Amino acid sequence: MATAVENLDTRVHYLNANYGIKSWLLTTDHKRIAILYLASITLFFVVGGIAAVLIRLHLIEPNGAIFEPGTYNKLFSMHGIIMVFFFMIPSIPAVFGNFLVPMMIGARDLAFPKLNLLSWYVFILGGVLTLYAVIGGGVDTGWTFYTPLSTTYVNTNVLSAALGVFVAGFSSILTGLNFVVTIHKMRAPGMTWFRMPLFLWAMYATSLIQILGTPVVAITLVLVAVERLFHVGIFDPAVGGDPILFQHLFWFYSHPAVYIMILPSMGVVSELIACFAKKRIFGYSFVAFSSVAIAVVSFLVWGHHMFVSGQSIYAGIIFSALSFLVAIPSAIKVFNWTATLYKGSISFQAPMLYALGFIGLFTMGGLTGLFLATLAVDTHVHDTYFVVGHFHYIMVGGAVMGYLGAIHFWWPKITGRLYPDGWARLAAAIIFIGFNLTFFPQYMLGYLGMPRRYAIYPPKFQVLNVMSSAGASILAVGYAIPLVYLIWSMRYGPVAGPNPWGAKGLEWETPSPPPTENFEQTPVVTEEAYAYGAKEVEVG
Amino acid sequence: MQGHVVPKKIYFFVFGALLALTALTTAMAYVNLGQWNTVVALIIACCKATLVVLFFMHLRWSPRLMRVVLLSAILWLAILISLTTTDFFSRDWTPIPEGWESSQLRLPPLPGSLLHRR
Amino acid sequence: MADSHAASALAHQFEDLDQQHDAASLGMWIFLATEVMFFGGLFAGYTIYRNLYLPGFEAGSHMLNVTIGALNTAVLICSSLTMALAVRAAQMGKRNTLVAFLILTIVLGLAFILVKLTFEWRHDYVEGLAPGLNFTKAKSMELFFCFYFLMTGVHALHMVVGVGVLGVLLVQAWKGRFGPDRYNAVETAGLYWHFVDIIWIFLFPLLYLIGGRY
Repeated sequence: MATAVENLDTRVHYLNANYGIKSWLLTTDHKRIAILYLASITLFFVVGGIAAVLIRLHLIEPNGAIFEPGTYNKLFSMHGIIMVFFFMIPSIPAVFGNFLVPMMIGARDLAFPKLNLLSWYVFILGGVLTLYAVIGGGVDTGWTFYTPLSTTYVNTNVLSAALGVFVAGFSSILTGLNFVVTIHKMRAPGMTWFRMPLFLWAMYATSLIQILGTPVVAITLVLVAVERLFHVGIFDPAVGGDPILFQHLFWFYSHPAVYIMILPSMGVVSELIACFAKKRIFGYSFVAFSSVAIAVVSFLVWGHHMFVSGQSIYAGIIFSALSFLVAIPSAIKVFNWTATLYKGSISFQAPMLYALGFIGLFTMGGLTGLFLATLAVDTHVHDTYFVVGHFHYIMVGGAVMGYLGAIHFWWPKITGRLYPDGWARLAAAIIFIGFNLTFFPQYMLGYLGMPRRYAIYPPKFQVLNVMSSAGASILAVGYAIPLVYLIWSMRYGPVAGPNPWGAKGLEWETPSPPPTENFEQTPVVTEEAYAYGAKEVEVG
Repeated sequence: MQGHVVPKKIYFFVFGALLALTALTTAMAYVNLGQWNTVVALIIACCKATLVVLFFMHLRWSPRLMRVVLLSAILWLAILISLTTTDFFSRDWTPIPEGWESSQLRLPPLPGSLLHRR
Repeated sequence: MADSHAASALAHQFEDLDQQHDAASLGMWIFLATEVMFFGGLFAGYTIYRNLYLPGFEAGSHMLNVTIGALNTAVLICSSLTMALAVRAAQMGKRNTLVAFLILTIVLGLAFILVKLTFEWRHDYVEGLAPGLNFTKAKSMELFFCFYFLMTGVHALHMVVGVGVLGVLLVQAWKGRFGPDRYNAVETAGLYWHFVDIIWIFLFPLLYLIGGRY
């Protein structure tokens, strides 16, 4: 049991066990690899965020304030590609999954540590290729690379962007593979499936999607590249090809991909709600199974992106019905989190604010998803700002809030330092306000008929656009504040100790920062997850 | 730690079966079965694949989890192909209204294709 | 002596060799599942277009040489046998047998690739069957040949990678690195190799035998 003020310089832990750049670039320690990912994806978030700021600045004027339409197309395409493939998809799995999966099951590392390092290098290679596409003039097809635009009609850097995404996909696959094997084979004695923290169930479900879905988009991008390079007609109607086949293959991955982006955040929220209500998650097994159900059903609904594409209406009906089905497990989670709060001992530190924000904003985003799943409604709002509002509520209001909540919750464990909670709560509030001001007007814009991916718009939409852009500036400030105090805390923050939140879970039973091997001895688990109010977990 | 060591006899027997099935599928191509040619060829291919998976890849002696992994992959591929096919198969069920038809937009199915057989 | 050999065979994150072996096998099976989906995208496209343009696919398929295809299938099946026997040799600690069977597998794999490149693809190119390069036949066959070259090409790429991996294993086997306690690498490489064989088992009838040859 560490004393109140621990000297971080004398104890050996994973951060100071080795020094020098080689010890970081050649590490196989899952915790160091998590930090490598943290730095990389923060960089990509900034790049994608700059694109977003430029987009919102441009849209202040109905005729476009800054850019030519061609350039505007490149901006939203790069924003999408970088945010989706290089921030959202890796974010929680690559940072918190890597850091926490071994610790939460009581293992010393993942099953394949060297593969883990390889997956980071593959990610960086993909990122470099994509940034080359940005610098080399950009891509303007949208992150969705629809044919025949991407194969035949544009002369922008489709090939290098597609190659960058293709390569990054393998990083995702390898990470998922590592997690599934680790969770199956390396749980500590006594850690049964139903004693695992729900974050692990979420990571497992996410990994299933990564494993089964990503290869399909990989081969699809190969087909696009082949068609571009050799001018063959796989998706070219002149030769009998069908552009809609591209959309089927693309969305077969890309719809489950959005669940790759949200499931980990849901896992985080389960951890946060349990800790800051000091109560076991209500309906643990329902929440656990709902994660797997989301992963499975997510593969059955991709056609809802294609209702107006020329897809057969009968397929549309099937996909619409299945899309309603996939909302159910998500709703189950929201009900269970809410029930957990009832009669809990609730405190409102920064991580909890992010968790509560997630629940509200994700619910709004999810409900608007049902609007979009309804064939008749979608005919009107497809490709409008309604869709943009919908997915930003889920991905930014949901997933990114969950990511920030995870950062604020596990920061003391990762760095051994505490950050100033007052500033953290202020930042959370600013983010919440800025977010809603940015994206709620977009629902209205879409409903009123403003199309997405347009560089200009009718003047009647200007007020709402200006509101949205104003909100974006507030949101940007909100995101910048944590960068400041978190970096500050690494040097000047108070020492955290093993368990500053009084949370349950094996990762809190070891010092902060943890030793390289995670635990002095392999823990033996004797109690259920979230045993708040029960006796301490026996170690060793 | 030794995993299950498979007797050489089993390997050679499976090898012989695989070669025989390859000869069979090649020979069947020269027999006129109409539409059933494809079905027979695929069945034989599945038999061959099953032999390789069970014996060469040791799935017969592997933990159940590996079977679940393999079956899941096959199931997922089936989902991809079947749901995509529902679209293409049912395209023509909805007639396009008068005046909307544009002959440049669609390559009509070639005579003899499955779409015409319905 | 046996202890230190066993200890050095055990990676630090695992508790015992059984766990390590199980993890390696599960890892490779999951990777093969991703490969099923990777090729699966091609099979899905193939299925859609074959159903839409069967006559074109039949015509294209008839231009392929069934004898060479069948022979190549047999070559791969032989290589699967030699690979399985190589794994068996590694399990039993028989270094020379392992080396011999790895060499045989590599040779058979290279033979397959060689036949593909010289007798098939070069011939197809000469005949004007390469879409995007010099395709001169009817448009209806072009899609078939797109998928033919894509599917056999991606398959061949996987074979090349497999041969490379086996080459690395050959060097390690020659140095005596494998034994009853550490043969996971050979076994997992074997799983990959058999999978690539299985892909070809499906490609052969789907590409060469469309519509029959009667």
